[in-house]
Amino acid sequence: MSREAFERRHAGDWRRAETLLGELEAGRRSAAAADLPPLYRRVCQHLALVRDRGYGADLEGRLNRLALRGHEQLYRRSGGVSRRHFADFLGRDFPAAVRREWRLVLASTLLFVAPLLASGFAVYHRPELVYALMPAEQVRSFEEMYQPDGEVVREADSDFLMFGFYVRNNVGIAFRTFAGGAAFGLGTVFFLVLNGLFAGAAGGYLTGAGLGGTFYTFVIAHAALELTAIVLAGAAGLRLGLALIAPGRATRRQALLAAARGSLDLVYGMALMLLGAAFVEAFWSSATELPDAVRYGAGAALWVAVLAYLLLAGRGLQRSA
Amino acid sequence: MTANGTGPLLDSYRQVETPEGVELGLRIAGPPARFLAWVADTLIRFAAYIILSMPMALLGRTGAGLLLLLLFASEWLYPVLFEVRWRGATPGKRWLGLQVVQDDGTPVTWGPSMLRNLLRFVDFLPFGYGVGLAAMLVHPEFKRLGDLAAGTVVVHVDPAATGQGVVAAPPVPPPVPLSSAEQAAVVGFAERLPRWGRERAEEIAAGAEPLTGTTGPAAVERLLGMANWLLGRR
Repeated sequence: MSREAFERRHAGDWRRAETLLGELEAGRRSAAAADLPPLYRRVCQHLALVRDRGYGADLEGRLNRLALRGHEQLYRRSGGVSRRHFADFLGRDFPAAVRREWRLVLASTLLFVAPLLASGFAVYHRPELVYALMPAEQVRSFEEMYQPDGEVVREADSDFLMFGFYVRNNVGIAFRTFAGGAAFGLGTVFFLVLNGLFAGAAGGYLTGAGLGGTFYTFVIAHAALELTAIVLAGAAGLRLGLALIAPGRATRRQALLAAARGSLDLVYGMALMLLGAAFVEAFWSSATELPDAVRYGAGAALWVAVLAYLLLAGRGLQRSA
Repeated sequence: MTANGTGPLLDSYRQVETPEGVELGLRIAGPPARFLAWVADTLIRFAAYIILSMPMALLGRTGAGLLLLLLFASEWLYPVLFEVRWRGATPGKRWLGLQVVQDDGTPVTWGPSMLRNLLRFVDFLPFGYGVGLAAMLVHPEFKRLGDLAAGTVVVHVDPAATGQGVVAAPPVPPPVPLSSAEQAAVVGFAERLPRWGRERAEEIAAGAEPLTGTTGPAAVERLLGMANWLLGRR
């Protein structure tokens, strides 16, 4: 069959496919949508014939494009996140993922806590060391922030400003900690150690300056969510790094692909935790009018809740197919 | 364009086999197009920030907080939203005619899109996408680290059919039976003929001298005639 005859015979089908795909791509529901699968199969058939018989690159290109568009419409996966999906994630998948990666979580904890304690003790005994990590203005602003006398109650809208700031700052750091794992884990290690040193230095300096009371009442509540989230981000990043350093039987590419897919649960979960931490930090932590005992108590309760959630939630529940 | 029975082609054209048993062709996009799309996206985000910061300023600190949240979203989430909900392309990519698809040709979903955009941070090191560019130049499918981790690839969306087809000419039957690869070559020559200058066309047609028996303009005419004959305009 000549090309002209072929085109004449099938042009009707191709025109119908093009109109139908145009409608579907514009998001309009089409009454003829049920025609797409048989039309698509026919277009694929024609494409194969055109290639085989050498009818020309322009016709092949046109049918290739048509088939790609049909393929896109038919094979899109339902990427929606249903409520049930979300509930499953929070109640089972995320804590289970944390427990599954416990070795990496442990490593990440060590990489964070060890520098934290070290710098904390060092700065407590030698306050001048803090200037190795922070510029002088930042140290001064810390001191001002945590003065025990008459902390000005923040107005509601500046709470929101702080919320925005914390989200951008903390989630950004956590994302970078995770992403740094793709550099053979070095980026993750770098961020964990740096953040640990920084946090420890701040704590050590303020405790040494006698401002520990204000500082700890402020941070204890949101630290439960924030520090654990940073550790989890580190664990996810270490998983990427490990895939590149020790891919095992797979090639590095395959190992990276599998590790990245597997670390998504951790990434989503820690992002949510940081959102919660920003919320707590912006709207609760500055409630200086509450007595210290209440703030310490609430903070401790939040720590217990977070740890219990990660250790216990979803145990024994089957993961549905 | 593939030809049957030849060795691997030096091309950024990749074929994906579908469940229907046919192979769909993807044209992989290279660094220049992707870089331009990124520049366009950055400008768009910058412009949106400027435009939105003015009404936000009126809302005082709440507005400032909203602006920070917006900045966060535009830094990390802007590409994800567009890639998943807008058929695989941010506005910058759409302008350049690019699309993000998964390795098997299916549209991107949330997971891969988040991964490839989170890893932008590493790809951007040390500055200006240095790592990403290095990865793209080394990988046969121009994948940066984010693409490798997410299993995605950036392709050109084929423009709507530009084919002027083959110019009509008196059909000339080939002197010998041609294999399908040779037929495809003759037809391909005729299709590309309008794009070449006269000397270039003669230079290429000279390579088919055993077939046409002449050189120069006559060879071009003969090849064009053979192409018409092969296409069935007899």
